Amino acid sequence: MSPISRGFHRKRADAPADRVPPGQYVTTDFPVLSAGPTPHTALDRWSFSITGGRETKSWTWEEFRALPTETLTTDIHCVTRWSKLDTRWEGVSLDVLLAAVSYDARYALAFSDGGYTTNVPVADLLGGRAWVAFGYGGAPLGAEHGGPARLLVPHLYFWKSAKWVRGLRLRATDEPGFWENYGYHMYGDPWREQRYAGD
Amino acid sequence: MAGTAVRGRLTWQTATVAAVMDETPRVRTLLLEMPGWPGRSVGRQRAGQHVDIRLTAEDGYQAERAYSIASAPGEDLAITVERLDDGEVSPYLTEEVRAGDVLEVRGPIGGYFVWENGFGGPLLLVAGGSGVVPLRSILRHRARTGSLVPVRLLYSSRNWADVIYRAELDGLVSGGVEVVYTLTGSQPPGWRGYARRVDARMLAEVAWPAAPSPAGSPSDGPLAYVCGPTSFVESVAAGLVGLGYPAGRVKTERFGATGG
Repeated sequence: MSPISRGFHRKRADAPADRVPPGQYVTTDFPVLSAGPTPHTALDRWSFSITGGRETKSWTWEEFRALPTETLTTDIHCVTRWSKLDTRWEGVSLDVLLAAVSYDARYALAFSDGGYTTNVPVADLLGGRAWVAFGYGGAPLGAEHGGPARLLVPHLYFWKSAKWVRGLRLRATDEPGFWENYGYHMYGDPWREQRYAGD
Repeated sequence: MAGTAVRGRLTWQTATVAAVMDETPRVRTLLLEMPGWPGRSVGRQRAGQHVDIRLTAEDGYQAERAYSIASAPGEDLAITVERLDDGEVSPYLTEEVRAGDVLEVRGPIGGYFVWENGFGGPLLLVAGGSGVVPLRSILRHRARTGSLVPVRLLYSSRNWADVIYRAELDGLVSGGVEVVYTLTGSQPPGWRGYARRVDARMLAEVAWPAAPSPAGSPSDGPLAYVCGPTSFVESVAAGLVGLGYPAGRVKTERFGATGG
């Protein structure tokens, strides 16, 4: 039972409980969180690779942008407690990308320019639940938000949606990524408040 | 691994506000009395980490926010909070709360934006507004551990009255810490410091020269910690990379425009 903080009252309007996970509040802003400087990779040097399957598959930017795209509107939830509703994205479904390789791995480690990594089960990347997004709000995705392309896995805390993503390493075992190594949760379900290891 | 900051499960613990100190018209430091605060053992907190704070209203409504730890490892827990006018938690912590009130805390949390002796240097700390809070923990930790690593703090505030920890920072100058201010709003009469936003030219003047790349190993050379609002951090970090700092030697922590 939590103690009452004298004089503390709700100030924010009720968030829709079916849209905003516990411990989150809604923002209309789009805060930026990252651990270091923003990398800038020229599109002619960009590629997206999937390794760890029976063969390595790699797309140049042109090849990647020639793949079928989807636009979607979704809510995103950052572990620092902001949630942003009805964000509009354009990207390539991971269903499309993973269909290009044969594999039997259960886990993926996304890797990014700047050295960032994060782990996601392959099952969470399939079924229309994950994208490599290159557009936000009808415009190209800005570098500070992970452009030219970022992973988008909106049903997990947003640190799983790796900015500046450059590929996936498919793996038989679940390997912690950057924040997971610092004690953040291996899975990161916002509806179960899986912020830190042990939550 | 570089350091697993969270060992085992993090649990909420009750803390009592022991003292409240006004830092500036918008910023307060809360000293928290917390019997089980792990950070009282030097080895269980790292300078630069944060805590989660949870408030519970009488009707059961709860709000959680993360705040940088203002105290050093080995000290009682202190947080410094800036009031965000449209916020829900920060107005309470900066205006309503008083000694004897209780709230819940869990932490310390975070393992990347931290400094330890042995990370090399010299250190460049760059603060925008209340971004100085985790850097103060680093400065205190450096002083408490007797580290001789050279430090420069470049601290951007709107006005002189908005400078947080001014007296404490003045006192550090004799301890080998160089403090450089820039005031982006108004300046007091006779001001001789910088009077503009941090830009590439200012960084070139203030920052330690980047280590020459052939000699510099990734764990060598100047080490920068940049904390402040998003646009500030974005431009400072890019400026340091432009001066030749390896990205891995520029650690950033950003406060969104929201929060609160």
